Amino acid sequence: MSADDHRARTPPRASATFDQYAIAEIHRAASTGIYDIRGFGAKRKLPHFDDLLFLGASISRYPLEGYRERCGTDVTLGARHARKPITLQIPITIAGMSFGSLSANAKEALGRGASLAGTSTTTGDGGMTVEEREHSKTLVYQVLPSRYGMEPDQLRKADAIEIVVGQGAKPGGGGMLLGQKISKRVADMRTLPEGIDQRSPCRHPDWTGPDDLEIKINELREITDWEKPIYVKVGAARPYYDTALAVKSGADVVVLDGMQGGTAATQDVFIEHVGIPTLAAIRPAVQALIDLDMHRKVQLIVSGGIRNGADVAKALALGADAVSIGTAALIALGDNDPRYEDEYRKLGTTAGCYDDWHEGRDPAGITTQDPELVKRLDPVAAGRRLANYLSVLALEAQTIARACGKSHLHNLEPEDLVALTMESAAMAQVPLAGTSWIPGKSG
Amino acid sequence: MVTASSIARASRNSVLDLAAISLREVNQLLHDTDSGDFLIRNPRGAHSLACGLDGDMSVTIDGHVGYYCAGMNKRASVIVNGNAGTGLAEYMMSGFVHVKGDASQSAGATGCGGLLVIDGNASARCGIALRGLDIVVKGSVGHMSAFMAQAGSMVILGDTGDALGDSLYEARLFVRGSVKSLGSDCVQKEMRDEHKAVLRRLLDDAGVSGVDVAEFKRYGSARNLYHFHVDNAGQY
Repeated sequence: MSADDHRARTPPRASATFDQYAIAEIHRAASTGIYDIRGFGAKRKLPHFDDLLFLGASISRYPLEGYRERCGTDVTLGARHARKPITLQIPITIAGMSFGSLSANAKEALGRGASLAGTSTTTGDGGMTVEEREHSKTLVYQVLPSRYGMEPDQLRKADAIEIVVGQGAKPGGGGMLLGQKISKRVADMRTLPEGIDQRSPCRHPDWTGPDDLEIKINELREITDWEKPIYVKVGAARPYYDTALAVKSGADVVVLDGMQGGTAATQDVFIEHVGIPTLAAIRPAVQALIDLDMHRKVQLIVSGGIRNGADVAKALALGADAVSIGTAALIALGDNDPRYEDEYRKLGTTAGCYDDWHEGRDPAGITTQDPELVKRLDPVAAGRRLANYLSVLALEAQTIARACGKSHLHNLEPEDLVALTMESAAMAQVPLAGTSWIPGKSG
Repeated sequence: MVTASSIARASRNSVLDLAAISLREVNQLLHDTDSGDFLIRNPRGAHSLACGLDGDMSVTIDGHVGYYCAGMNKRASVIVNGNAGTGLAEYMMSGFVHVKGDASQSAGATGCGGLLVIDGNASARCGIALRGLDIVVKGSVGHMSAFMAQAGSMVILGDTGDALGDSLYEARLFVRGSVKSLGSDCVQKEMRDEHKAVLRRLLDDAGVSGVDVAEFKRYGSARNLYHFHVDNAGQY
């Protein structure tokens, strides 16, 4: 073969459609006959807060002095109907995650970290553990379709109630907790046989639509003597109508979870292909509140892919009252820590990519019920890490807000933002950077 | 004028008239009390009546009630001289709830303990996600009853709708009449002496006499869906 023949040959060319991941997944599906289940949230590239920038102050905008002038971060939730609304020092809450999917130490660490930072944490499927109530100054109690582990006494011990209609990772989907994580304690809390694969329903057992939801909310208010703020959590799908219907049903707070929001165990196809990105969900939800004259009266908490203070500031600038973090909180505790790299390799993955949270073999002791692995997570130290992280989020958001001349994070507004791409400009309804053009808005 | 404070001073053996005082006031009084006998008049289909009770009290409601009557009940005895709406005694923890008429959908949903007796019929999803409550329905039940029921017993003296006990866990179902169809993983099981004893006790507790336990069939979980397996995918 001559040198010319070599040059005439085309190099191997990977298909953009059938890329390496797609081919491997077809092989895996053909080999096992079962879909892939995993934790974490959507991993595909999506329009997100990174596609937005703050403009900062200029001749026409007056900035605040970084280390001298106050920039408030507090938020009050639930004043619409509750006799005892809650006030948080920072507008960053810890999202609902269950004992069962997480270890007791992890739940305790979340409570400790949130309390140190002056914010709330949230229960999950399986009810309230003693550890998390003891260590959570402000605890939100989830009422989920499964009602696993729920108790009226726990409801009364909570500081707020969150009715979960859906979550961003799987709007329209139920939950699952595979047998390896159904320890005796988890089974007892859920009234289930030990070691079985537990399926959580996708619909509530005793209400089916917005009219019923209104009556359900009133029942919960009656049971708790109208003390507790009642949140309604929805996965981002039809945010305008879901927000409007939640408000109509009497919610004090709407929690809106975008598709980057995490899950303990869901089909990969569900995580990646159902729901809409957080960025696309916020403005329609805020618009619904404005149209009902309920913006800032019913609070909006946004979650799904919040990683840093810039994300916090951008969500608030788009109209949210607070944000919520789940995946980021677990990472702060120590999830996907490179110090466990050798063990991640044994599990067929690597630090930064570990998402088999459903298997219960988490080297960091967070998404597991294995007593030996659980011991690895010191709830005091992990709680401190979470508190540090929450503090950084708040400080970063304040830094940006001061640069925009805002004396409170809630004074951030869409006018402070521009978009880097047409997609994000359209979704966030802010101008493309360097232009006054908002796709779909200004001709 | 009747106020919450005046109600709070009322005796433990009170007549509470919903034509004169609000639902909030009635429920608050019952929450602030841990014993006594109460008669509630003019419920007029009120939702969430006598919900969240926690006390050794007896509450009789003269008339029809709306959604979630006796929801999350603990220890109390609640008797409804009428029909009940959706979610009767949902998430009941203990005590006794007795409806003299019919009950709408999701009666006893996710109930954890105690005894619920319905003299008439119950609609769809009766005993859905049951987890320890015992339910006796003297009439018939609608479709998807005992869906995903985990623990406790359901006794149905009449017939059932479609998909009884779909995706059942460890709850026990006793049916005297016909079963229109069984749901996934629900099968008829042998009625042994221990089951007959349980059934007899439940019938006695519900005030059912003159009925032979031999007239009932028992249904339970085949436990084939306890662990996800691709070969069972068609059943999910």
